Parts: sequence; structure tokens; C-alpha cells
Amino acid sequence: MADPTQFDPQKAASFVLGSGHSGWLGMQYRDHGEDWCELELPWREDLIGETERHVLASGPIISLMDMASGLCIWTKMKSFQAIATLDLRVDYQRPARERHNVIGRAECYRLTRSAAFVRGVAHDGDPDDPVAHIAGVFMALPGMSRDGK
Amino acid sequence: MANELSAITPYAASLGIAFNEWEDGVPILILGGENIVEGRPGFYHGGAISGLLETAGYAALRLALKAEEREVQLKPINITVQFLAPAKAAPLFAKARITKLGRRNANIAVECWQDQRERPRATAIMNVLLAEPEV
Repeated sequence: MADPTQFDPQKAASFVLGSGHSGWLGMQYRDHGEDWCELELPWREDLIGETERHVLASGPIISLMDMASGLCIWTKMKSFQAIATLDLRVDYQRPARERHNVIGRAECYRLTRSAAFVRGVAHDGDPDDPVAHIAGVFMALPGMSRDGK
Repeated sequence: MANELSAITPYAASLGIAFNEWEDGVPILILGGENIVEGRPGFYHGGAISGLLETAGYAALRLALKAEEREVQLKPINITVQFLAPAKAAPLFAKARITKLGRRNANIAVECWQDQRERPRATAIMNVLLAEPEV
């Protein structure tokens, strides 16, 4: 049985992906592990980055990776806590394929008292042929956690 | 004049990014702060901020290339965004500065701000590959 005291990224995703910017982009939860989380961004005509090619713009991909990063950090922390993105780097390997959804997988590889280090990959079907790699640093915001600590 | 900004992509347009004003020959872009850019309640999502910064970067780069009458294809290499302070649900402005415009690549620095120009909300550094147009 699932431990109710533990953070459940699937449940949290239905909550945090349902409104605002993530809701507008239509991000969907896919899967998670102990320190990673995977989301999917459906292809959409009004999100393309160039008029000539039907490829998703990079802005929505950054949004996708930022959300996947937040979820993987809470998953590793096993709790929901206010965090702020300090820095996010995206290295583009190639454009996403035309009319393809983009899948974003982020892993929290190191968690300290106040910082969380994340790396991740965005791909359009084959994780071994990524669209982009990302690296980010997030900071826990003290005094803003849900349990008031 | 704003129609010349081909950097306003379908994505940028549907997000609500628009031309605000010219400054030293460089466009300042604006994003409104409505619900679709919201992350945690009352504040911008980091992805929406990044989208604005990137769009401002491309707008400045396309204009600089046009001024040199160069026709090249722009391919993103990377972007690093530093989030300095939360951006509240209000207009957010962005302006880019081309740090280097070389033959094969360009390096761009972008800043975005709200009511206090001297207190940027986020900054970005972008590297863009300038490729020969594909025939």
C-alpha cells in the first residue's frame, strides 16, 4: 500500500498541471521513480516555434523540464515544499520532429539542505536520441513549506 | 513596425508576447501576466519567463542580421536562465543585447524586468548557431 505521508507525484501532477501555464500547455503525467519524474507535452499547432516547420517551440520544452524538475525534487524529498528555480540550462541537440509530442524526464541527483540539483532529457519518442539535455539548480524556500516548518 | 518582428512565433503570439517599444534600435517585448503564464498562484511560471527571454533574444538577433543583410538559418545551441526574483502577475518586459555576432554563431544576453528596471527578474544567456540556408 502506498504510504499516505509520502509525496505522490501522480496525484500532485493532476493538481499542479491542471491550471495556469502548465494547464494551458496541456502537460500530462507519465511515470516516476524514487528520484525522477516524467511528463509529456502534446504537440499543438499554436505552440510551434517557426512558421515554416511544425516543430514545438523551445519555450514550452523549458516549461516542461521545469515542471518535471520540480516534481522529481518533491518525489526525492518525499514531501511538497516551496522551491525556486535558481538556474536552468538547456542544451539543444536537435529540433523535435514535426507534429511530435515531447517527453521530459528529470532526475534529482543530489539533494542538500537547501539546494536540489537536477538533470534531465527531453525527447520525442526515443530517450537515446534526445532533443535536449537540461541541468538545473533549485533552492528550498525556508518558511514556506506546507507544514509550516 | 511591430509586424517586422518575425521573431514573434506562433508560440510567442499565443502566449501573449507583443512588441512594446523600441530602445536604441532594439525592441522591448512585453508579456501580459494573465492566467496562462501563471506558475504558483500570483506569479509567473519559469517556463513562460524563459519563453519571453528567448523570444526577445531572437527578435534582436534577427534585426541585427537583417541590418547586415545576412540570410542565415538560426539554430538554438543553448540557453541558460537565471531566475533572480519572482515575477508577479503584471506586465513583464524583456530586452536583449547581442554580445557577439560572429560568422557562425551569436551570443546574446537578455534581461527581463517589471516595475524596477534596475532589478531584473531573470536573465538569460543564449548561444545560437548561424547556419547557411538549406537549399
